[in-house]
Amino acid sequence: MSDPLQPPLKKNPQKRTVSPTRPPEGRSRAALGLTAAAAEGRFALQCCAECGAVQYPPRDACSTCLSTELPWRDVSPKGTLIADTFIRATTSLYFRDRLPWRTGTVQLDLGPSVICHVHGDCEKGARVVLLNRLDRAGQGVLIATPEKRTPNMQDDPQLRAMSSDPNYRRVLITDARTPNAPALAKALRTAGAAHVFVGEGETWRPYPERAALESLGVEFLPLDVTDTSSVNRMAAEYGSKVDILINNARFLRPGGVLARGDTGFARDEIEVNYLGLMRLAQAFGPAMCARTGDGVNSAVAWVNILAATSLSNSPEMGCFSASQSAARALSQSLRGEFRSAGLRVMNTYVGPTEDDWHQPLPPPKVTANALARDVIKGLTDGLEDVYCGDVAKDMADKYRRDPKVLERELTMGGEA
Amino acid sequence: MARRQGYDGVVVTAPVSVPYERYSIETAHWWIARALRASLQAAGLKPLEIDGFTVSSFTLSPDTAVGLTQHLGLCPRWLDHIPMGGASGVVALRRAARAVQAGDADIVACVAGDTNHIDSFRTLLSGFSRFASDASYPYGFGGPNVNFALLTDRYMQEFNATREDFGRICVAQRDNALRYPNAMMKKPLTLEDYLNARAIADPIALFDCVMPCAGSEAFLVMREDEAIKRDLPFARIKGTIERHNAHASDPIQLRGGWTLDVDDLYDMAGCAPTDMDLVQTYDDYPVISMMQIEDLGFCEKGGAPEFLRSRDMTVTGDFPHNTNGGQLSAGQAGAAGGFIGLVEAIRQVTGTAAGTQVKDARRALVSGFGMINYDRGVCSSAAILEGTA
Repeated sequence: MSDPLQPPLKKNPQKRTVSPTRPPEGRSRAALGLTAAAAEGRFALQCCAECGAVQYPPRDACSTCLSTELPWRDVSPKGTLIADTFIRATTSLYFRDRLPWRTGTVQLDLGPSVICHVHGDCEKGARVVLLNRLDRAGQGVLIATPEKRTPNMQDDPQLRAMSSDPNYRRVLITDARTPNAPALAKALRTAGAAHVFVGEGETWRPYPERAALESLGVEFLPLDVTDTSSVNRMAAEYGSKVDILINNARFLRPGGVLARGDTGFARDEIEVNYLGLMRLAQAFGPAMCARTGDGVNSAVAWVNILAATSLSNSPEMGCFSASQSAARALSQSLRGEFRSAGLRVMNTYVGPTEDDWHQPLPPPKVTANALARDVIKGLTDGLEDVYCGDVAKDMADKYRRDPKVLERELTMGGEA
Repeated sequence: MARRQGYDGVVVTAPVSVPYERYSIETAHWWIARALRASLQAAGLKPLEIDGFTVSSFTLSPDTAVGLTQHLGLCPRWLDHIPMGGASGVVALRRAARAVQAGDADIVACVAGDTNHIDSFRTLLSGFSRFASDASYPYGFGGPNVNFALLTDRYMQEFNATREDFGRICVAQRDNALRYPNAMMKKPLTLEDYLNARAIADPIALFDCVMPCAGSEAFLVMREDEAIKRDLPFARIKGTIERHNAHASDPIQLRGGWTLDVDDLYDMAGCAPTDMDLVQTYDDYPVISMMQIEDLGFCEKGGAPEFLRSRDMTVTGDFPHNTNGGQLSAGQAGAAGGFIGLVEAIRQVTGTAAGTQVKDARRALVSGFGMINYDRGVCSSAAILEGTA
């Protein structure tokens, strides 16, 4: 079993904060297939389309038949740990701060041998299951874990380094008024979050979620994502205490371009959904980036909750979804900007949610609890893209298959 | 009748080792020039009198052998650049020998050299190979130490080898290095020192690892009549082999490409392992020396620990091995590490090895191993040299 994670000691102001560093990040284009699968928590390897041979390391041509058709497929992650070592010396600044580091060779049941990280509970020679995780450089890496779950397994320091686990971390939920706020706060508490801050705009105005949040023992912070000085004030005071930021602020009105007579609502949507994200990132981003190496409660993830229609739009929520697409595009820029610090941007794409504004849309819909569960799972597994609910999963599959076909399906107005 | 044509009439001569330095502010070009010049001087040659040139180096970038011709003022009609790390020496030898034999060149200079700046080892590792960047360095960035830790761990499990078994190789080589003025390591090493050394990547500890340094090595390949005319001590090339990416489906490396070609090697040379007066293996870690001793026929697979327990690997012993201390004690000067054993073997069989001279050394086996492209060494090579005494 792994030693259970201990709560972080009170920070000693005389000691240096471990600098943000990252493991080696250079990869060939082919190897980024592993990263793409890890972003969604899948274990995938290249399989030759002609002879079926499973390849590793990633290649441009099959090492059995020289075919250049090497699609990535989800395959069995099982194998045997045939050799292992504890690295006690390295020239990498990232690993130097984390020695000793356990690495091993796993022979996959499918054939190839892989060099991988090794969870502390794996016995030499034992059967193992490989997980494909994003490391702090944001690249897909393989880690061998015991075949059967072990106590406190998620607390293994190497596995934790590849997750965004909320346990012992402090989390800011940016908007108390969004109906999913209580469910998120409750799920974070259950997952071991040390502290949950909830941003609250227009504090004088009552709202139904307030009582539920109060009962969860969260700390309310006056925060209005449309007000730059409000965001800056909160970041100055609390920025260094936020390890995970969940931006759930949302302004939503139905309708496409022609259904609206003017740009009024669109302005609000951009103000909250797009510029709100930008203000938060400008204010909280630097402080979080400075603390990504800061021990048990290091800053670890930035979570955006986005509509699945940010992938491809339709008129029902056309103007709102456009603001979501803008936020999604911004999140990609943020990934590039947070990359050097190892701060992960996790986008959670949700289908229609179970709330007033989605009332005219048919089921299935995503409940607040389902969303909260998927956010926690995504953080625990260190994901970068989470598709929450059947509609979002369906849309992601179609988007991957052919974006143009999806676009036409979504814009046919139900006449199919 | 032998399957392959021999190297009759072709010899190797003018071995040069430029003393290594831990760190150097000079460039690879500088180190290669030093070795080339010394080798040419030994043979009484001017740069324009050689018509073949081959170079091996990791730190020459952005130049290759081509840039060196202009940089060093050479005008060869036969040119090669051999990026095979620890296998480079033997590969350079066998290519040069065929060129001379076929008349494509008359005198080929074979040179390897690298510099070692502060931090250049880390830089070299970062860009070593695509598979390493994609699939080994993200896992702790331990460099070859980690690859060899894994191989050694597996070897110990499979063949019941102990740390003491590996230690005996390192201790004997240190003993040899004390006789070799160019060796970086000047302090005696005991088995106790070896066993108590700082752990690097279990089961690898400090004295299992080579010290990266700057240095260069060179030799010349020419026709025997040319060497006689110049009054040079020379060695004949009795047999050579080379192989890449052998046993690709082995889950982890416990053997190298030598196993595929070892019979060919001894057939060509017309001799057997027991005929060798000394053995120079590629020794960036002791486990790989054991694999070479097995795969080149001195004992069965997995038998090297037992085989070596009853043998003395020093210069005066019954199994002289890496007589100048090898890379473990002389230092690893980049690609020159692929030449160090061959250059020392030329000195040995020509009776010019001075302090490390093995008595009556006539036949030497030299083995090369190189390039941890991902999880194992891809290149293997070996040669048998014979003196004229």
